[in-house]
Amino acid sequence: MRLYEKNASELSEMLRAKQCSASELCNDVLDRINEVENEIGAFVTVDAEGAKENAARVDKAIADGEKLHPLAGIPIGIKDNISTKGMRTTCSSRMLENYVPPFDAFVADKVKSAGMTILGKMNMDEFAMGSSTETSYMHLTRNPHNTECVPGGSSGGSAAAVAAGEAVVTLGSDTGGSIRQPAALCGVVGMKPTYGSVSRYGLVAFASSLDQIGPMGRSVKDVAMVQSLICGHDPMDATSKNMEYPDYAAGLNENVQGLRIGIPKEYFGNGIDDSVKSAVMEAVKQYESNGAVIKEISLPSTEYAINTYYIIASAEASSNLARFDGVKYGYRAKDYTNLIDMYEKTRSEGFGDEVKRRIMLGTFVLSSGYFDAYYKKAKIVQKNISQEFSNAFEQCDIIATPTVPASAFKIGENIGDPIKMYYNDVCTVTVNIAGLPAISLPCGKDGKGMPMGLQLIGDKFTEQKLLNAAYAYEKMCGGFDTLAKITGEAK
Amino acid sequence: MKDYEIVVGLEVHAELNTDSKIYCNCKNAFGLEVNSQVCPVCMGMPGTLPTLNSKVVDYAIKMGHALNCKINRVCKQDRKNYFYPDLPKAYQISQADVPLCENGCLEFMVDGEIKKVRITRIHIEEDAGKLLHDESFAGSLVDLNRCGVPLIEIVSEPDIRSSAEAKAYLDTIKSILQYIGISDCKMQEGSIRCDVNVSVNEKGAKEFGTRSEMKNVNSFSAAVRGIEYEAKRQIEVLEAGGTVAQETRRWDDAKGVSVVMRSKEDAQDYRYFPEPDMLTIVVDEERVNKLKESLPELPNIKIKRYVSELGLSQTDAVLIAEAMDKSRLFDEAVALNMCSAKNISNWILGDISKYVNETGKTIDETELTAKNLCVLIQQIEKNVISNSAGKKVFQVIVEDGSDPLKVIEEKGLAQNSDTGFIEELVKEVLANNEKSINDYKNGKTNALGYLVGQCMKASKGKANPGLVKETVTKMLND
Repeated sequence: MRLYEKNASELSEMLRAKQCSASELCNDVLDRINEVENEIGAFVTVDAEGAKENAARVDKAIADGEKLHPLAGIPIGIKDNISTKGMRTTCSSRMLENYVPPFDAFVADKVKSAGMTILGKMNMDEFAMGSSTETSYMHLTRNPHNTECVPGGSSGGSAAAVAAGEAVVTLGSDTGGSIRQPAALCGVVGMKPTYGSVSRYGLVAFASSLDQIGPMGRSVKDVAMVQSLICGHDPMDATSKNMEYPDYAAGLNENVQGLRIGIPKEYFGNGIDDSVKSAVMEAVKQYESNGAVIKEISLPSTEYAINTYYIIASAEASSNLARFDGVKYGYRAKDYTNLIDMYEKTRSEGFGDEVKRRIMLGTFVLSSGYFDAYYKKAKIVQKNISQEFSNAFEQCDIIATPTVPASAFKIGENIGDPIKMYYNDVCTVTVNIAGLPAISLPCGKDGKGMPMGLQLIGDKFTEQKLLNAAYAYEKMCGGFDTLAKITGEAK
Repeated sequence: MKDYEIVVGLEVHAELNTDSKIYCNCKNAFGLEVNSQVCPVCMGMPGTLPTLNSKVVDYAIKMGHALNCKINRVCKQDRKNYFYPDLPKAYQISQADVPLCENGCLEFMVDGEIKKVRITRIHIEEDAGKLLHDESFAGSLVDLNRCGVPLIEIVSEPDIRSSAEAKAYLDTIKSILQYIGISDCKMQEGSIRCDVNVSVNEKGAKEFGTRSEMKNVNSFSAAVRGIEYEAKRQIEVLEAGGTVAQETRRWDDAKGVSVVMRSKEDAQDYRYFPEPDMLTIVVDEERVNKLKESLPELPNIKIKRYVSELGLSQTDAVLIAEAMDKSRLFDEAVALNMCSAKNISNWILGDISKYVNETGKTIDETELTAKNLCVLIQQIEKNVISNSAGKKVFQVIVEDGSDPLKVIEEKGLAQNSDTGFIEELVKEVLANNEKSINDYKNGKTNALGYLVGQCMKASKGKANPGLVKETVTKMLND
């Protein structure tokens, strides 16, 4: 077994026990990238030099007997909308193709301080807008389980890399399902933490009130380790919650005796594949046989969630992306006659179709005369959705649903039909609207041999409980088989 | 021509003098090297987030109290979206429907009368950068040092009826900002600016006329000129049978005209919405009350007190109250209750003002104390020294802070008011100046001055000149 196949928790032990060096680990993962990246396309930028330098530093520190963070030397990929000082951060957009941030995001600083080996930056849908990574200006990313299929999105590169062994863990960002949906489609573990538990400082904003950075990995423990690293109060983010954050990995517990699991009927209706429904219900049965209590619950406002989400997210995006105007950094059109012409050409040429669609939608819903009918109403529905979750969490500890209505679709299958694409997020957007934590776990494969996802949703700031429930499921399954056997690998 | 009424509402933008900017830790300072006081946050780099400087909230609440506003202890910040190269985020963080302070009023004196103007609201927001143009470069350059400088915007109701009232309102706002120490109010640095809304209507009309909004008004005197120009322009439009258009105009102070910037139809849609990067502002009651208690007596209140209780003229009261160091000295001196307020006022606006103007010092930088000033005035009031001797004493005590009584003694400035002594003196002088006596009796009144002068000379300047003049007149007429 090669080093790239192992999980972070195992590798952490091996590094301490000097069973392998950080450089050996780094080189093996870089080799793996060389082997499969042409086929997968998970990365926008690979920083082999930087990765090797860090690994050498960690090895020296180990040799010197320094006390290291458990994740020191573990290779990580970072989604390309998270600012990394000195390393280009493109958001997979032509607009920022050559933009190099002068500062580190809070989470990038945490990753560096822990001594993790940054492999590079992961491909994504442009500005995190999309569910297939097909809107990337850079290139396609392919699903390691079937390279004709999408990896999901927007954190498609982060998910595909973990499934393909091109990274041990990755960071993604989730505004409406962008961590959980690709995790489900690529058969890995991905968590969207509670809004406010991970600083957004340095995350290029899509929808500020919904965005959250989170970890992706091949085991619950790996995800818990990374979450413990990146969470915490940040005075640079006014929405960051100031509280004590536990060490989630150390606190993992697989006991589900008496755990109340709510099953919301609205998440099992039309549009959800039968194979997905039965896979999720099978998982629920396993919980029950291990002592959990299953309760049917109702979240009636769910049917308005997609509309609400696209109004709020697009409204904020139209404002957040206005700064990309060609004046200060990033793309600027070549020929223009005056200031307005420069703005128009720069933004027309620098943004792709999906981004432009959402900017126009967001601009419309905030316009005078339409604000009350759209934005204001969406904020009211947001309150209702949050309230329904609050009520639900009085009856249960965890809510279980599918992550995605179906397994991965073919590349190009949905790209011409935005509404169909948007409905891929039907099970995930409510979580962002309510600011809750949720995790997607591999939940078997469908008839096409493609992974499906189980989503567990927790109450605000109950990540430990959520991770424990996830950990229990992983144990019930006898561990997750998360590393994809890449189709076409033999070619 | 019909009789018209002018209606004015003012929006004053004042930069606050906090140490750091409103949403980042950059220094809030004027006049430093271009783009030297900037960071990723105020430059609007992707991924950066604003965090609110709580001092800005405190300062705005102080102004809210000074203008008798209701303080909204729970309020929010909103984004005002528009594209301009001096606005790196392409939105300004401001406050839309729930400002920090609202429903206030300001009273001040105009032409001896108390004028009351209602205050609609005061909100906090960030300033934008500045475009620069240089001969060496064909395009525009941008300086982002001013991005994120905290501002308050003070919006009045349309309660102002003349340019003179507008001027008095603006002067009062400025002196209050200085009194409570929240703005430097340096017009030349643009730290206080205003937008002027003007309309005219026939006297007695039930409704206001259509208003125009004038931007780019960079001084209070420009506001006066702009209001007068704009009112005259609108009256001319109406007199010619036209209608006034609702529009935004730009004041060109050099040319003394306002020109159309955009019509109502072209009005920008700023697409305000709640700033999602910020939490709701919540200020507890104790903090609001503490800030109220921290306010000094404000200049507009002082003016009323000086006129009604101390008998100063409005002009003198305004001159003293609007300058903090003058009013401080005045209040201290009046509190000592040693001499008349009117005399203190005369000294402050006379010799003391002259001295500080000539030396470039502030009153606080001189050695003058309220106590010494009162002792000096008291000696003059008691006729111990003459007014001109008083000026000599002042020159000493303002420089070295010495006791006026000692100075009078050392310089031998005390005057002799003994009637016996003065009568003897006058007799002797008259005996030696028969010609002048005859001149006086023949109607040459300036002979009186000569004789008084001779008496003063004979007393080596010590005789009380008032008493001397009185005695000479009496003796000549006997």
